[in-house]
Amino acid sequence: MAIGDLLVEVSGVAKHYGEGEARVDALRAVDVQIRAGEVVAMLGPSGSGKTTLLNIIGCIVDPSAGRLVLDGETVFDGRWLRGNLRRLRLDKIGFIFQAHNLLPFLTAEENVSLVLDLAGWTPTASKARARELLDYLEVGHRARVKPAHLSGGEAQRVAIARALANRPRIILADEPTAALDSVRAQLVMDLLRKLAVEQEACILTVTHDEKIFDRFDRLIHLRDGRLSTE
Amino acid sequence: MTLALKDIRHSLFRFVLTCFGLGLLMTVVLAMIGIYNGLVSDALAAVKAPRADLWIVEANTQGPFAEASALPAATRDAVARLPGIAEAGAITYQTIEARHGAQTLRLYVIGYERSHPGGPPTLIDGRGLGRSHYELVADRKSGLAVGDTIRLGRNRFSVVGLTENAMNSGGDPAVFMTLSDAMALQGELDPAAERVRAARGAAAPDTSTVAAVIARIEPDADVTRVAATIRQWKHLGALTQAQQEELLLASVVDRARRQIGLFLGILLSVSAVVIALIIYTMTMEKLKQIATLKLIGAPDRTILGLIVQQALILGASGWAIGLSLILLVKDNFPRRVVLEPTNALVLFGIIILVCILASGLGIRAALKVDPATALGG
Repeated sequence: MAIGDLLVEVSGVAKHYGEGEARVDALRAVDVQIRAGEVVAMLGPSGSGKTTLLNIIGCIVDPSAGRLVLDGETVFDGRWLRGNLRRLRLDKIGFIFQAHNLLPFLTAEENVSLVLDLAGWTPTASKARARELLDYLEVGHRARVKPAHLSGGEAQRVAIARALANRPRIILADEPTAALDSVRAQLVMDLLRKLAVEQEACILTVTHDEKIFDRFDRLIHLRDGRLSTE
Repeated sequence: MTLALKDIRHSLFRFVLTCFGLGLLMTVVLAMIGIYNGLVSDALAAVKAPRADLWIVEANTQGPFAEASALPAATRDAVARLPGIAEAGAITYQTIEARHGAQTLRLYVIGYERSHPGGPPTLIDGRGLGRSHYELVADRKSGLAVGDTIRLGRNRFSVVGLTENAMNSGGDPAVFMTLSDAMALQGELDPAAERVRAARGAAAPDTSTVAAVIARIEPDADVTRVAATIRQWKHLGALTQAQQEELLLASVVDRARRQIGLFLGILLSVSAVVIALIIYTMTMEKLKQIATLKLIGAPDRTILGLIVQQALILGASGWAIGLSLILLVKDNFPRRVVLEPTNALVLFGIIILVCILASGLGIRAALKVDPATALGG
């Protein structure tokens, strides 16, 4: 497949909690690069620093040191260079959660259009885009249904639609197939791969699900906060 | 529709139940305000009823409501002759208990002179006193009806008219009768007691005194100057209508008023704590959703809007339910519940302010939520 622009560039990123004897190094000088169109899995035992790295790339945890470049923009270099990180996330990053995290009081369509409303789209345009995505992900017929009445697979597809709604180029997923059976898990990964190519986006996924390892372009292994093999 | 409204609609039953609970609390708050107003209004009813400008009482007393006052009945003639006085009337007050059917009535007896000030302020049924004896006009809250008869002291009185909003500061309904009947009622003893008194050779009680003389002044007269003139008689005191009302509130109902005021303050504080707890709990239940909102890029104002709007809807609904309930049940209270539109509006303002302040706890919790908690792990 064609590999495009460098979308995620993590250089020498470290993260530690506490000081002195209580200091815990969650990440130690990690370097990662991900390009448009790539679907990358991040593997490692519990406490290896996977979620910390995902949170740093998602601009929700402050790195202790290093440099972070997202979609060509240096956002961290010893300090955050962007004041409004929420806006940065809204514009550049889509999140897919293990438990889909759809807002229970909104319908499937409203969950998707909410991101667009926040980004400043008009209600008509955001609704149309939400419907387009839900139809594309074959859950359009469930647009007016609330998450509690969706199956696990449907809810995860709605969550994917929400993550893709504002056309972000970086998609971060935390165990996106953990709640799905193997057939649905592979379908979801195939779908993500297809969308990554179509939207010229990259996907970084934290997973333990060996059934879907063959769906990734690359596997990143983390152990004790260090990259072991890429 | 805003996120707040959608969230409310999602768990509508629970929200309505919460509003109803708050509404019941607001009902109690409004009831206390109404009882407080009722207390003041009832206390002033007897003072306002004669529509007097001046109250002439026994010197060095604060009668006839705050203290006992006794004047010779002839004082009325002396006062009526003063320059600036348009008309004057002698008046007596006493509280008695009487049987009426199966009930024991507690009545506030007001004796006044027909064709002089001091009679019932309005008539809502029947007529005023037409005869010199054994007729009375009763407040409708007494339960008496036109045509009823009731035994007071040694005599049976006919109810010839009904008035309203005439009572003493304790809420006892008033009955108006002629001054002579009231003075007789005041002095008359039970027949057995009368026989004992006669056997002892004791003097008969003095029935020639009245509690006060009320006066209306000429339109061009200065009430304070007329009062000062009356005070020159060393055995008389004079209070203007405003002074009498002030005195009554300061001495007779002040303690009860402060008690209710304090209770009202406690109730409002409890309401504030309850509202704060409800909003805080509602926010804590949504922390994961708030973290998700933050993670997908929602600005703080979206999250604040969610919390504050729900708090305001909760407060406004609780207030509306409370107001509706109190308007439905207020006439069933043993004491008069008087609610003015301004009371309801001021309470609405207080509740809205409390809701905004109470949202602070929830907002603080929401702003502290780490968006990373949405991802877990």
